[in-house]
Amino acid sequence: MTLCARRPSPLRPTPWLAAFIAGWGLALSPIAQAGQGKLLLTGGVSSIDGAAGGGLTPWALTGSSATEGEIGATASLTRARTQDYGFTSQAVAATWSDRVEVSLAHQRFDTGPTGPALGLPGLVLQQDILGLKWHVAGDAVLDSDTWQPQWALGAEFKRTDAGGLAPTLASLGARTHGTDLYLSVTKLLLAQGVLLNGTLRATQANQNGLLGFGGTAQRRPRLQPEVSAAWLLHRTLAVGAEYRAKPDNLNPSALGAGLREDDWKDLFVAWAPSRRASLTLAWVDLGRIVPAVVSRRQTGAYVSLQLAL
Amino acid sequence: MSQPLMTRPAPCAAAPTFRTPIRTPIRTPLRTIRAWVLPLWLGVIGGWGACSPALAADAGSPPALAAVPAADPALYLALGADPGLNALVSDFIARLQADARTAPFFAKSDLSRLKTQLVSQLCAVSGGPCRYAGGDMKTVHSAMDIRKGDFNALVEVLQQSLSARDVPFAVQNRLLARLAPMHRDIINTGGASE
Repeated sequence: MTLCARRPSPLRPTPWLAAFIAGWGLALSPIAQAGQGKLLLTGGVSSIDGAAGGGLTPWALTGSSATEGEIGATASLTRARTQDYGFTSQAVAATWSDRVEVSLAHQRFDTGPTGPALGLPGLVLQQDILGLKWHVAGDAVLDSDTWQPQWALGAEFKRTDAGGLAPTLASLGARTHGTDLYLSVTKLLLAQGVLLNGTLRATQANQNGLLGFGGTAQRRPRLQPEVSAAWLLHRTLAVGAEYRAKPDNLNPSALGAGLREDDWKDLFVAWAPSRRASLTLAWVDLGRIVPAVVSRRQTGAYVSLQLAL
Repeated sequence: MSQPLMTRPAPCAAAPTFRTPIRTPIRTPLRTIRAWVLPLWLGVIGGWGACSPALAADAGSPPALAAVPAADPALYLALGADPGLNALVSDFIARLQADARTAPFFAKSDLSRLKTQLVSQLCAVSGGPCRYAGGDMKTVHSAMDIRKGDFNALVEVLQQSLSARDVPFAVQNRLLARLAPMHRDIINTGGASE
């Protein structure tokens, strides 16, 4: 691999997000009406990677209020702020007949004090993610007399633009493209009002892809578990927790343990005043991010607003 | 705070090579949890689903998850027994007729008969001293095209009635959990159930 410090062409998400929404609307508007048939909050919320789920992990549920025979779409804006870093994710998702979900997300990670420390003031890491999810079988909500969960298979195609940091990542063996594949199982224990999700993800992503994919010491995808549990307090309100394991491909690297990464966790409250909107507030623990520069754990607030068609 | 540890390579500089470091696994409790407990949990959830007899196609009546058949009257009492159910069903039928999503399905219903049957059905389902004497769900609904969205709309209307009657959310969910499996017989369009 050559190590040209040639900057990759900047990602331009807004036009294709807009085109995606417009195209989806044009293609499907004559076929069916926007769905309203799902029970409240049973489409989850938008995850940072765009797929419907919790905040950090995808669930087997498809997004929006669309159920069988209906189409639906969501748009979301998520902002997280930790001691040293800022993170924004804009995402749109479209679902068809509670069977297939297509999502697009654009992420921006503001590196705070780490950029200047690396000689790259104002460094922002950006990533685009195309997500596909196929609801294979089961109904997480209505099959309340069996343990049969809802199953889904998903893929997330990720492309990252690390700006001025790209040459360094390349020299560490990290690529700019990566694909995550996952299997999710979701079950709502309706009588107890408890939702459980488990996701097994095959991934090479470093810090979810924001620091590229793989490293000199670790090239192959690794299986990582992610679990979520939510408790429905009210028809419109859920509280829960998530845990997302991540590979640690850049540890050790040429920088020793300086790029070590930790698993992610969160505690969340999701509120859906109507089927058109939901608001999620969370406390997130993103562990250490580039401890070579900033050694403390990154914890902070997370806010996500989702609108549904 | 700290010195720059990484420097920006010059354009098209020769690629530095790094030797593959030897990976020394660090066994912390957290790593152990990651390595064993979480996958195990996933396996249990997944395996349970996969082994569930409901997966065997055509399982006529899947096994009861809550092995609490009609014998336990706790839910029936929590719903206010006979007076509670009568009031609930009256409210429910009024809302079903008022809601544009559900009204068409009840346009031709004999309302007093519907009320009697719903009360006896909810009574039986919640563990009360009743036997549901109406027709079976599949036959009763076969004359109509009922989609999953229609079924969910009815569930929502029932939730509205339960809330209007001040039935606690946890009690509502216990009732819904006993009614939801009926979707297999009631929804009759598309791939209603796997």
